[in-house]
Amino acid sequence: MQHGRNEAGLEIVARQDFSDVTFLLEVSHPMLARAARPGQFVIVMSHAEGERIPLTIADYDRERGTVTLVIQAVGKTTREMQRDCKVGGRLLAMVGPMGVPSHIGKARKVMCVGGGLGVAPVYPQARGYKESGAYVIGVLGFRNRDLVFWDEKFAACCDELIICTDDGSAGIKGLVTDGMRLAMAKHPDIDECVAIGPPVMMKGCAEATRARNIHTVVSLNPVMVDGTGMCGGCRVKLTGGIKFACVDGPDFDGHQVDFDDLMFRLRRYRETEGEASQRFDDDCRMRSLSAKPVIVE
Amino acid sequence: MSTPAARPRKKTIRMIPQARTPAHEQDPQERARNFAEVNCGYLVEDAQLEAERCLMCPEQPCVAGCPVNVPIPDFIQRITARDYRGAYDVITSTNLLPAVCGRVCPQESQCEGVCTVGESLEPVAIGRLERWVGDLAIREGWSNVPYIEPSGFRVGIVGSGPAGMACAADMAKAGCEVTVYEAFHEAGGVLKYGIPDFRLPNAVVDAEIAKLEALGIRFECNTLVGRLFTIEQMVDEMGFHAVFIGTGAGYPSFMGIPGESLNGVLSANELLTRCNLMHARDFPKYDTPLQPGRRVVVIGAGNTAMDALRVCLRLGADNVRCLYRRSKAEAPARAEEIHHAEEEGIEFHWLASPVEILGDANRSVRGVRCVRMTLGETDASGRRRPVPEPGSEFEIEADMVVYAIGTNANPIIGQTSRLKLDQRGYIATGDGLGTSIPGVFAGGDIVTGAATVIEAMGAGRRAARGMKSFLGLRDTDHVYHDAADDADSRLFGIDRAEHGHARLRVSR
Repeated sequence: MQHGRNEAGLEIVARQDFSDVTFLLEVSHPMLARAARPGQFVIVMSHAEGERIPLTIADYDRERGTVTLVIQAVGKTTREMQRDCKVGGRLLAMVGPMGVPSHIGKARKVMCVGGGLGVAPVYPQARGYKESGAYVIGVLGFRNRDLVFWDEKFAACCDELIICTDDGSAGIKGLVTDGMRLAMAKHPDIDECVAIGPPVMMKGCAEATRARNIHTVVSLNPVMVDGTGMCGGCRVKLTGGIKFACVDGPDFDGHQVDFDDLMFRLRRYRETEGEASQRFDDDCRMRSLSAKPVIVE
Repeated sequence: MSTPAARPRKKTIRMIPQARTPAHEQDPQERARNFAEVNCGYLVEDAQLEAERCLMCPEQPCVAGCPVNVPIPDFIQRITARDYRGAYDVITSTNLLPAVCGRVCPQESQCEGVCTVGESLEPVAIGRLERWVGDLAIREGWSNVPYIEPSGFRVGIVGSGPAGMACAADMAKAGCEVTVYEAFHEAGGVLKYGIPDFRLPNAVVDAEIAKLEALGIRFECNTLVGRLFTIEQMVDEMGFHAVFIGTGAGYPSFMGIPGESLNGVLSANELLTRCNLMHARDFPKYDTPLQPGRRVVVIGAGNTAMDALRVCLRLGADNVRCLYRRSKAEAPARAEEIHHAEEEGIEFHWLASPVEILGDANRSVRGVRCVRMTLGETDASGRRRPVPEPGSEFEIEADMVVYAIGTNANPIIGQTSRLKLDQRGYIATGDGLGTSIPGVFAGGDIVTGAATVIEAMGAGRRAARGMKSFLGLRDTDHVYHDAADDADSRLFGIDRAEHGHARLRVSR
């Protein structure tokens, strides 16, 4: 039985750069594309000496047999992927889909909030809700107009779309929580909110909906190794106790998550990660230095 | 042939070498700073000497003491006769991983624990002999690949740990086309991610896996069964005639005391996986980080705890302590591991249990508050229950706390299939380790809860027997009873239980 992959790994069939740090990879894995559901994630290992990193599935195309990942180059591994992952190239491994799929419930009016990197993974949920017949309000946050991506994709599946930028260069000026307030003022009957983005943003979103008692789902992406419930590194603190994001999540009730705890735990390996990133910088500099004579020729 | 009278000379306890032949070991000071194997095993003369110590007693309690019933005296006799290949063939008739089991089995509570010699002297070092034979086979490139008549059945195995490997080997030998699925990027399960190199080198595991591949078994890594496809899909859509689930009990337990989410608190699984499978010990050559602890506390005293303690020492910790709420006598680890850990300078704090993990302003661990315990009445596990001593709290400094207090059932298969589970979330099985779905079998830690490598292998083999009878394949382990006088059990002269042997194939 073939999974559409071979010994050499999984082929990258498309790449798109949204900004100097954010890029998209479309990877061929027909079986995974068939199994994926909104809200799930994969673990990627780009090469044999690499780390296993969790990445939320931003989109999947069952016809093409591909899974789309949107990656922010922040650490050594993701920056290396930004440098090395090219169309036609291969990822050593991509395993998944992991986690419990998002529950696309019977909500009639749903607010789908994505900030920064969270814009991509909230897309399958917005599309899922649209397909289930809900009225979908998209709220997307970016730093500025140049970093806006997928606005057209969202426009196609949202009944309303609010773009927020820090400097007001596109859409409204403000954070996603400002966009959410606008939407909530206009629609008192929103019955569900999905918020994906950096922990501090999800914390803000959960606070914004708490007073209105709108059920708010957040998708957590803590540090993990295996993604199968084995290491316990991804444990998160909820009002009801400790849960593992990889097998109990990654979606949780935003009103129950202890975000401060999450943010502290995300910094667990910051020192070693910084070290690795620094070494990567040095390595890149060395490479460009040694590459120079070749360019001169 | 096995009656004592038939033997040329009967050995007595006085005739054999009195002392157990020691294994060559790395010096404790030196090995505490490297990941090379601690126990370097036997040389041929050691093996010869130790083999002399077996009395060849007619009772053979060791065979019954072994979860897979290795014919121990038989293989030892072949070592004495210098028929090493023969010894290997005898072991692999029931245990396909001698190099692994010789290293990680708790022999003192199995074969060696019941050895007749052990009644008056130290028991025969069966584990060391088995390992010696296994290592020799790897060096010499021996493997037993029998002629296998394809049976036409396809078997899927979920999980490539010891249970899955054992089941896969038996089914491959029965002529089935076997595919083993593994979620990690390398096969081997706990043998790879869990047990560190100084106890079981990954090269040994790889060598044993290569032997399974020689039997025609295919390993598919990076495949998360349950999520990529379900057990039901394997049976209904993917064409597997039988499926074995050996996904283990990987979900680590924590205690629920304050401070567990502090940075620096992690499960032994996380520590060991980062260090062993992901090579964090070779950071930055490998990208996976592991914040090294200088003062480490490991909670628990099982084999996993011993591995975690000794890994931390080798990663350069100044001070490594073990906290266990019972006493040394109750510690579940192999005796040799505790002994090695003590030699290497691990501090053991018996009868002490943590009550709170203390953090600093950065939410990093700075210490552990503990309480002294005393042993009270015997509990359900047959061990004396530890009871906290009032007013005995004390604090120890630490910057890393590792939990090695056991694991629970991995939830993924339960979440994604209709399989019946027991109250604790383990897969419910009946006779022959069959589950609630016909054709689906389960064994190892996912059925029993955390146990040992050899017990998991035993379960894998038991499930294979169940699977063979489900598929109607003749099980060569069982003596064939001619049922000619029992007409009901036969159809056209063929034993009904073996209908798989007479399958008609109709060409399309």
